[in-house]
Amino acid sequence: MSINRREFLKIAGISLLGFGGASAVKKHLMGDNWVEASEVLRSPDALTAQQWAMVVDVRKITTMNDYKKIVEACHSIHNVPDFRNPKDEIKWIWKDTFEHTFPTSGHPYMEEGIEEKPFLLLCNHCENPPCVRVCPTKATFKSKDGITMVDFHRCIGCRFCMAACPYGARSFNWRDPRPFIKKTNPEFPTRTKGVVEKCNFCAERLAKGLEPACVEASNGAMVFGDLKDPDSEVRRILRTHYTIVRKPELGTRPSVYYVIGG
Amino acid sequence: MYDGSKIIAGLIVFVGLFTFPFLYNMGKASAKPEPKIDTPVIQQLAEKKCVEPKSFMRAEHMKLLNEWRDSAIRKAKRVYVGAEGKEYTISLQNTCMKCHSNKKKFCDECHNYMAVKPYCWDCHLEPKEKKL
Repeated sequence: MSINRREFLKIAGISLLGFGGASAVKKHLMGDNWVEASEVLRSPDALTAQQWAMVVDVRKITTMNDYKKIVEACHSIHNVPDFRNPKDEIKWIWKDTFEHTFPTSGHPYMEEGIEEKPFLLLCNHCENPPCVRVCPTKATFKSKDGITMVDFHRCIGCRFCMAACPYGARSFNWRDPRPFIKKTNPEFPTRTKGVVEKCNFCAERLAKGLEPACVEASNGAMVFGDLKDPDSEVRRILRTHYTIVRKPELGTRPSVYYVIGG
Repeated sequence: MYDGSKIIAGLIVFVGLFTFPFLYNMGKASAKPEPKIDTPVIQQLAEKKCVEPKSFMRAEHMKLLNEWRDSAIRKAKRVYVGAEGKEYTISLQNTCMKCHSNKKKFCDECHNYMAVKPYCWDCHLEPKEKKL
């Protein structure tokens, strides 16, 4: 049996349609959208806000033990490694001097002792975060609750965000952090070499209805709440105390406020 | 045919090299993977059911896990409602691996067989297993 060009093309076309149709039907039956159909929810216990914010009352954090307790609370539950080398240091919450914390706010005649006093620093979860704008993979993004989140799954380790963050809140994993974690918390992942990490305002705790670990360990020196809720504790303190933020002139609108004196 | 002997010899060498891996491994099929679910937690379940039916989990668990991670991290929605209406916390470490605490026999068994290397465990902590 001979076949001419015209017939060959006809058969080829029909077969192709057949294959295409079959795979479409198969896709439908196998349910490619199956996962999408099931539902995901927020837990009813979860704490929610429009913009989470924190007030750090530095007057209430006095002894070195206070600092240690707060930093330890955070770093232990989040599996933050200690490389014992400032060059590789990973920090979610840490302390630094007045000069480094508020570089444009100092003057030579400040209240005694304030220059030596350490200040607790963490990611400011800015309302206008420069790190989010520069992230090429959208690994860093602003969550619905105003948390500046890092999706470690997507981070490619380009460190643009580290260059963009004016607060030094981000750390890069130059090495595998696992051997340097004192005691791993099995409930939380570690990170891997080549990703950037920082404070996440304890998003995983908020989802369970718990306040951030540092707030819990601070004995009232740190207060957490919704910045957009006029009745929140954070707003009450902001109303009644004079508070400052780090580098306000940059327009990033930090959500971590400091009560300094008074 | 010019240089027939050389061509034929070359062809024989080529066919030999090309088929060597197949011939070498003939009859040495690796054991069929048999993932196990006999962990203490699963044994105690009244109804041994995962978040979705077994057939679905078998074929689509990787897609489900991708959905889960985006949902938990990016949408802050950390509760999953399974097909039967039961709710689960979205967490690889705290939900999946609490039941499937035998990563070696449950995950690695098939992944090794299929030579896929999911990078979940670069960051996520695997449950502590007793040395076999």
